[in-house]
Amino acid sequence: MTTATPTVAAGTQKTDGTPTTTAGRVRKRLNSRTATLVSIVIAVVWTIPTFGLLVSSLRPEDEIKTTGWWTSFTNPQFTFENYEQVLFGRSASSGQLAGSFINSLAITIPSVLFPLAFACLAAYALAWINFRGRDWVYIAIFALQIVPLQMALVPLLRFFSTGVTLGGVTLMPAWDLVDEQKFAQVWFAHTCFALPFAVFLLHNFISQLPGDLMEAARVDGATHPKIFRTIVLPLITPALAAFGIFQFLWVWNDLLVALIFAGGSDETAPLTVRLAEMAGTRGNEWQRLTAGAFVSIVIPLIVFLSLQRFFVRGLLAGSVKG
Amino acid sequence: MEFDFADQQPKLLMLMYGLVAFVLVVGGLLLLLDVVPAWFARRREAQLVAASVGGAPLPRRPKQREGIFALFFLLPTLLLLTIGLVVPAIRTVLLSLMNRTSTEWVGLDNFGWMFSDDAIVRVLVNTLVWVLLVPLVATGFGLIYAVLVDKARFEAVAKSLIFLPMAISFVGASIIWKFVYAYRGEGDQIGLLNQIVVSLGGEPKQWLLESPLNTLLLIVIMVWIQAGFAMVVLSAAIKAIPGDIVEAARLDGVSPWQMFWQITMPSIRPALIVVMVTLTIATLKVFDIVRTSTNGNYDTSVIANEMYNQAFRYSENGRGSALAVFLFILVIPVVIYQIRNLRQQREG
Repeated sequence: MTTATPTVAAGTQKTDGTPTTTAGRVRKRLNSRTATLVSIVIAVVWTIPTFGLLVSSLRPEDEIKTTGWWTSFTNPQFTFENYEQVLFGRSASSGQLAGSFINSLAITIPSVLFPLAFACLAAYALAWINFRGRDWVYIAIFALQIVPLQMALVPLLRFFSTGVTLGGVTLMPAWDLVDEQKFAQVWFAHTCFALPFAVFLLHNFISQLPGDLMEAARVDGATHPKIFRTIVLPLITPALAAFGIFQFLWVWNDLLVALIFAGGSDETAPLTVRLAEMAGTRGNEWQRLTAGAFVSIVIPLIVFLSLQRFFVRGLLAGSVKG
Repeated sequence: MEFDFADQQPKLLMLMYGLVAFVLVVGGLLLLLDVVPAWFARRREAQLVAASVGGAPLPRRPKQREGIFALFFLLPTLLLLTIGLVVPAIRTVLLSLMNRTSTEWVGLDNFGWMFSDDAIVRVLVNTLVWVLLVPLVATGFGLIYAVLVDKARFEAVAKSLIFLPMAISFVGASIIWKFVYAYRGEGDQIGLLNQIVVSLGGEPKQWLLESPLNTLLLIVIMVWIQAGFAMVVLSAAIKAIPGDIVEAARLDGVSPWQMFWQITMPSIRPALIVVMVTLTIATLKVFDIVRTSTNGNYDTSVIANEMYNQAFRYSENGRGSALAVFLFILVIPVVIYQIRNLRQQREG
């Protein structure tokens, strides 16, 4: 499976037969003109809603509430006041998103690192260490991918709040976390939920490394940990990046897990929880909603646009190679 | 109107703890994996030396230490999956057979309630509409766009624009579209959709309040997000069709239409199935869009949203768990299908 990068596209286009007659050439060019035009029009239509949000978030409150954002082309009035308000405003209604922004960061970074490290170890074992029942372990992990995380929410929350007792013996006390300590719950939950897909994706990459390489290293007396550290890790950096981006977007954009394990308080609520709340209770405060939504979008957008190539590669490895 | 950075320090400290824990756990594990085998190797060496000096028979090489390595590599993953997914999933199944406070067994009552309460039946129907429409429309659009853009210039840019919504959270996307659907009783419309309706001479509407239209409008949001995914995967599949097949077909003089149905479609069938399956599962679990846009009011609720309400707002653990179990039952066929695929690939 090739990636969807433009270079590949250029390569395959050359193999198209060049029409021999003039009429054929003209028709082909017209065809590709129409295709170009239509696809660009669709792409623009696809982007209009986001663009409208961006324009609106920069308009003064009165303007947003009384006229459509498209009127600002004829009557441009722009301000950063909305952003100032939602980010740093002190009043309870303003959103105070700067704090949530930090919450989002604090939730996301460990929630990406932990599954990445654990999954990569597990994927190596499943691909290159021979042990009995290996295929069954892999299939079980693979199947867990599809268990809806809704299935785990209620018991996992209880696991944190009451601990584990088996036959009167306390195996694990309740976590009793307050305020920002609740981040640990969210990390734990995200790590658990991410592992099946992470193992599956990284296994796809790791199992395709050349076997000769491993064989040679083993003959030289390298142990599995050594092979893993010095040979496998450097080779799968693109895969790690792919999963990293995937997981980053997933955690940053997640609402359900955060809502349940972090709660809605100022100390822990990430951007998505805050925004969902604002959309519900202050549905008509468009000046805040638009700016707030854009604050939450901007980081994933930057990550996504700058690392799109890795992301696409990961997506294809995860879905097509199967 | 000022922002106090000092308030944020405990959070950053917590983040630091998290990172330290990460370094300790992962670093410790790697170290352990390095030190233990080295120790074993030294001991074996010593044994060999002792044996050769004393003239005793050489100790047999210990059998298969591979399994122990595998255990260590897999330990964190298996542990977390057991605590975080397997045990909770089993407990959810048990909870679904108990009453709201999980003190008494009630058999299948919760499932009976699901199919007899009109509001919940409505939720199930909505979910069905979602699951039927989203994969079909998003995949269809993605396929058409992938074929279209294949010949176009500016391909990379056009694709990026379609793909872009993938980076936006469901919450963000819901706000974007809520703004498109916005309604003003008097004066200028601020929502794009109503503006278009008005300029075509129609009456503006409160789109999100009108059932069943509102469910369809929420589905539009999901399609808007997911079509890019379908497009990227299918586009890659189309490009992977070997050039000589396409060439041969062209020499035989097939029309573009025939080309699409007889060459393109069969070649990308596996990718098509993967996309449909992925989208189906994602759609079954849809929660954020409904919650942000309408909070499940006006007849728009779906299973995942109702499950959240029952379990975490009304403290109906039994009913909430029953909904979660039902969600799982719906994906079981997909799981079986995927496992069969996987086993075929592993054998092949």
